[in-house]
Amino acid sequence: MAAQQVVPSPHLVTPVTKLSGQPVNRCYQCHKCTAGCPVTAAMDLMPHQVVRYVQLGLEEDLLKSKTIWQCAACRTCISRCPNGIDIAAINDALKQRALARGIQPALPEVAAFHQVFLASAKSKGRVHELGMMIAFKLKTSTYLQDVPLGLKMFRRRKLRLLPEGIKNRQRFRALLQGEKGGQQ
Amino acid sequence: MRLSYYPGCSLHSTAAEFSASTEALFQALGVELRELDDWCCCGATSGHSLNGYLSHALPLYNLVLAEAAGDDLLVPCAACYNSLRAAHSFMTAGGEEAADLNHQVAAALGRAYQGQVRVRHVIDVLADPGVEQLLKEHRRKDLAGFALASYYGCLLTRPPKVASFEANPEQPQLMDRLLTLVGGRPVAWSHKNECCGASLAIPQPRLVEELVGKIVTAARRAGAQAIVTACPLCQTNLDSRQPAGSEALPIFFITEILGLAVGLDATPWLKKHLVDPRPLLQQQGLQAVS
Repeated sequence: MAAQQVVPSPHLVTPVTKLSGQPVNRCYQCHKCTAGCPVTAAMDLMPHQVVRYVQLGLEEDLLKSKTIWQCAACRTCISRCPNGIDIAAINDALKQRALARGIQPALPEVAAFHQVFLASAKSKGRVHELGMMIAFKLKTSTYLQDVPLGLKMFRRRKLRLLPEGIKNRQRFRALLQGEKGGQQ
Repeated sequence: MRLSYYPGCSLHSTAAEFSASTEALFQALGVELRELDDWCCCGATSGHSLNGYLSHALPLYNLVLAEAAGDDLLVPCAACYNSLRAAHSFMTAGGEEAADLNHQVAAALGRAYQGQVRVRHVIDVLADPGVEQLLKEHRRKDLAGFALASYYGCLLTRPPKVASFEANPEQPQLMDRLLTLVGGRPVAWSHKNECCGASLAIPQPRLVEELVGKIVTAARRAGAQAIVTACPLCQTNLDSRQPAGSEALPIFFITEILGLAVGLDATPWLKKHLVDPRPLLQQQGLQAVS
């Protein structure tokens, strides 16, 4: 993409600014975010490029990128950004946009993790770590990954067998119903 | 002094020893903790990743419960702490979305959020002058120059405007001060607030092993005998994903070290660690009371 000529389109910057709450247009490409990011080695777009691509409206490249899913949300970028832009929040907005448009996540296992985590939180009001990990394995067919570690944790009673839920389910469900048009 | 206590999901499971040591330490210091009744998950990283509504609504639910309880809210988990602080900032900054959300939460809980809850992390409270004084008075055991690397990870100091209780979020000092207070020797090192990969440990264990490897190598290079954390996920990742090859460093919670120093029995907490810290403690003449 960098080699071709790009005709900038403003269609993406407005919704991403709104959804992320970040002043995307302030970025002047100083690259401090990329310099501090701990996971650039696994990214296909660098953090500063994410912001520039949003400004230019290169939506397909962004929504199909690994980067939006790779971000560890460590917030080093926002801590050092001279313009106060939280790129993790931009990546979140792009993840949500990708899912809403039915685009297959470039790192499906990361998306699957977030989905099973939230499903666990929503069903009982609290996350059941063991149940969530089993759901993750079923969703991603990673049955053998981390099994020895899981057994070690189990032996040290770090994993509860049964989920622990909140008592007042009705109140909690009423909170969940407040959601309008969000992703699962 | 009395505080409301929000353990969060991890402290009821994989990091049960962080909760147990926090509760025991505060009890020893005479600070009463009251667990928030019927708290819910804060949503953590997955909440803000996929769902803008839940990322604010879940922590807000707990803020409303805490406001009704009336005391400051003590939160040991870095992710919970961060998400509760972020929700508080979002609500107090105002705006139409915040007002809508408050309306939804009020409909569910019968009470809107007034923006009065002070969300505090364990380190912040322990380094409070009054509590630090209590720690001084309750010291029973001197750590005798035990070389420790205090490790903050990400979410206790970032983003600084929302989360940090440190004077300089790039060079946090309070954990070092607490360790010094009980006779420990905090090392100066390079990876004090580098990311361990957090929840990526489940979908991408190899990547997290790499990040953990760099952190542990840096701590060892600085002369640390062990690492001290204040986040359940940092502790789990560092405790479980150190590269094979060199002898693994034990990974403590700050509350376990301070608990030892005030003379509490640390054995039930330390037994749960994957890298058993007890041989090192014994070597240091600091073995847990049994």
